[in-house]
Amino acid sequence: MFRIILSLIIRDMKLSARIGGSGALGLIFFLMLVTLIPFALGPDLNLLSKIGPAILWIAAVLATLIGFDRLFQADEEDGSLDLMRSSPAPLEAVVFAKAIAHWLGTGIPLAIASPLFGMLVALSPEGMLAMSVTLLVGTPALAFIGTIGAALTCSIRRGGLVLAILVLPLMIPTLIFGVSATNAALGGTIAFMTPFLILVALSLIFMVIGTIGAAAALRISD
Amino acid sequence: MDVNRKWLSRAPIQKRTAQLKPRIDHFIQTRYINKISSKVFHFYGAPSLQLIVENLKCIRGGRRIFDNVSFKLEEGQSLVVTGRNGAGKSTLLAILSGRLKASGGTIHLSGVQDRTLPECLHLIGHKEALKAVMTARENLDFAAEILGNPALSTLEALEHVGLVHAADMPVAYLSAGQKRRVALARLLVAHRPLWLLDEPTSALDTASQKILFNMMNKHVEKGGMIMAATHQEMPLVNLRELRIERPAPQEIDSDMMAGGF
Repeated sequence: MFRIILSLIIRDMKLSARIGGSGALGLIFFLMLVTLIPFALGPDLNLLSKIGPAILWIAAVLATLIGFDRLFQADEEDGSLDLMRSSPAPLEAVVFAKAIAHWLGTGIPLAIASPLFGMLVALSPEGMLAMSVTLLVGTPALAFIGTIGAALTCSIRRGGLVLAILVLPLMIPTLIFGVSATNAALGGTIAFMTPFLILVALSLIFMVIGTIGAAAALRISD
Repeated sequence: MDVNRKWLSRAPIQKRTAQLKPRIDHFIQTRYINKISSKVFHFYGAPSLQLIVENLKCIRGGRRIFDNVSFKLEEGQSLVVTGRNGAGKSTLLAILSGRLKASGGTIHLSGVQDRTLPECLHLIGHKEALKAVMTARENLDFAAEILGNPALSTLEALEHVGLVHAADMPVAYLSAGQKRRVALARLLVAHRPLWLLDEPTSALDTASQKILFNMMNKHVEKGGMIMAATHQEMPLVNLRELRIERPAPQEIDSDMMAGGF
């Protein structure tokens, strides 16, 4: 079963690399949001560095949404999902592998690029590091929440909008603790570890809920 | 396990199997440790492969597609599903593959131990399950990996369908018939007893059709089972036909009244 999961991850990464998939698009979207906000706010560096973590996290949440609508739909359309259904591995394993592949393609690039984009919102070096770390542990939660939405809307033609509406409210806790962990690293009364560990816990919880939920959603849809 | 060893050590084979049968049946029924039962099967000979479908019924979107479809398929047999357009041939195959749920009736597959029906079948449908940006070889490698039970290697399978030269070309560059042949090569890279083929000959030229019929006959001779939905004559051994008729109109009405949607 481990082999099946691994070959699914490799295949999905290959596909997203060749189609110029959601990863690059998410990164560009992230960059656009982060560049535009300083222009809109004006040249107040203090204000900008104060709200910087929030801007980066909001941009990250919106950027991960890109590409979810095709996560299962592409496989549903060309019949690959039927192939995966007849695999000896349970559907949960398939879902898990696809979610991990999506995270590797979108979440990891965001975490790596965030220090660079942090400069645009005048983040301090500690802030950049905190941003990178919180994105690294927080984006799995976003990926697995999105997977549930992707599975629910995989047979709807233009499911992207429904997906965003379904999924965004569930991402709010992750957003709250991601931003508060970054702010805590920049100083303040709470210790960094408190919100950070909750963020880690959220990711672990949604890895389980997302896998089971999305597999159940794929089973009922026909 | 020790108990079984003792059992097996005495008595000539015939007597032994007769003695063992009730015990084996008990093992199967209670799903008592698979390893033991498979070991006993080895002596006793696994029960034959059988697909039994009884009174299968399908209602989709409030419309009754078919009703009372029953058939029995044994190893070494093939079944051609015929019927007019929209009679529900593809739907029947989709139900068997586990993608759609039946509204009534039973499907039973015996002789495969603890494997479920979807794990025992190949489905080649209108959707070919090929990724356009991956090469034929990559597509087949992935299918072999995910289906398990490896049979022929990817290149051998491609050779069977006459496409070795296109192994490293992205599937997007292949013609409709070539794509179909790559999809059919999937039948050979993983061993599965039941083949569900939905219009397998579409887009194939005469030579490729001949290759397909050869593949199908070989599979049946080796004790496999085939169900093919088609409008075409198929020169296959051990062939039977299942014709799906539309239910009578008044039946549709009474079913709608019963809230069947």
